Amino acid sequence: MTKADGEFVWKRKHLVGLDELTSGEIAHLLDTAESFREVSTRSIKKVPALRGKVVGLLFFEDSTRTRMSFELAASRLSADTVLFTAKGSSVAKGETTLDTCRNIEAMGVDIFVIRHGQAGAPHMLARNLSASVVNAGDGSHEHPTQALLDIFTIRRRLGRVESVKVAIVGDIAHSRVARSNILGLRKLGAEVVVVGPPTLVPSAIAAMGCRISHDLDEVVGDVDVVNMLRVQFERFSSTLFPSVREYSRLYGMDAERLARCRPDVLIMHPGPINRGMELTSEVADGPNSCILQQVANGLAVRMAVLYLVSQGTE
Amino acid sequence: MQRLLTAKQVAAALNRLYRLIRSNLLDADPLAVIGIRTRGETLARRIVERLRAERDKPIEHGVLDITFYRDDLSLRKGMPLVRATEIDFDLDGKVVCLVDDVLATGRSVRAAMDALVDFGRPRAIRLAVLIDRGGHELPIAADYVGDTVDAPADARVQVHMKEHDGHDGVFLVNSKKRKKR
Repeated sequence: MTKADGEFVWKRKHLVGLDELTSGEIAHLLDTAESFREVSTRSIKKVPALRGKVVGLLFFEDSTRTRMSFELAASRLSADTVLFTAKGSSVAKGETTLDTCRNIEAMGVDIFVIRHGQAGAPHMLARNLSASVVNAGDGSHEHPTQALLDIFTIRRRLGRVESVKVAIVGDIAHSRVARSNILGLRKLGAEVVVVGPPTLVPSAIAAMGCRISHDLDEVVGDVDVVNMLRVQFERFSSTLFPSVREYSRLYGMDAERLARCRPDVLIMHPGPINRGMELTSEVADGPNSCILQQVANGLAVRMAVLYLVSQGTE
Repeated sequence: MQRLLTAKQVAAALNRLYRLIRSNLLDADPLAVIGIRTRGETLARRIVERLRAERDKPIEHGVLDITFYRDDLSLRKGMPLVRATEIDFDLDGKVVCLVDDVLATGRSVRAAMDALVDFGRPRAIRLAVLIDRGGHELPIAADYVGDTVDAPADARVQVHMKEHDGHDGVFLVNSKKRKKR
């Protein structure tokens, strides 16, 4: 068991966002996820890496796939999980987020996976708890594991991330998936263009190093990947675009628009899909779509994240 | 870093190890040779090449990364990269020759055996190591040993192999220096 010299060593105890990760750390995470893919192919899909550890899944906001993905990732690492959802809990009785978490931590939780409606909630908890904190989505801020699994999927399908051209389409303003994707993709040297109606694309987003376009047809012929974001009706009340029909005509992906893309273009979507809005069923279930691969890869990425933060000290 | 064995002595140890494996396992069937990453993997590849030259029956060849199975995971600070395990065949009923470079505490081998049984139920597991340096902490001994060296308890025995290090050799490394790096 001799270790190769000069190897990269992971030190972080928390994963609160891609903003603070270096490109080396992101690459290390993706490389580790690659190793975890193999575990899911075994007849016994379990390794004892986190045996005896407890992962607390704290979902102050609704989630299906992210929660299940983290839950399954934890159990494949032999960790125990406790689940907390805000509905019908002490939050309804007026307890603060930090108090809730401190109480759960007192029961012996080693890693918190947290989704919260408030941007920065995981950062606040990381500073105040002694357990590890993994951000599973905070408000409109970041969703690092989603971006990591998107980038992981791109890397697996295209063999690289550097200089890959990615279009992120839709509701950029309210999307934590967009923010984390832009951060991660830019750090790894990809080119990013964000596309959407002016009401949903803040001009300040250009400061993150991406191009802005309001015309999807001008963009699609030139990109390797199109990541179609979900329109998050729950995050805005006023009408930011005239109608669902107009939105899907201008910013949705249908067979006709797909025909103007490169033949090998990757169509991604973080889910859940509003079928007929962002994507027609024909595209979502077609050969260019890698939506279900994204979900499968998400498991490997989350195993890698839980494993790495459990070993981190900083 | 102090040299314990020269390239020539490593070649002799490898020959001795190979002869032991050959006389015991040449006719074993079905046979799988599995190396423990990183140096055990290289060692296993060298052994498989020689066995294949002398034997008509097939030999399965795999690589095991034992990181997830280590019992000191929570004691370590910072994690080096985990690499994938490559065992794309069934272990049920096979004779498995597990290969590692150095046998010290026996904890790597314990972890490797735990990992192997997650892949199936081998008929037998044999352990081959290039160097037995003593200091065993578990009731684990190697079936085939290339050479033994005496090493102080607080030092580390490192095997260098051409494929990774540009040369073959066995070295004694002061463990305190290693920690600093």
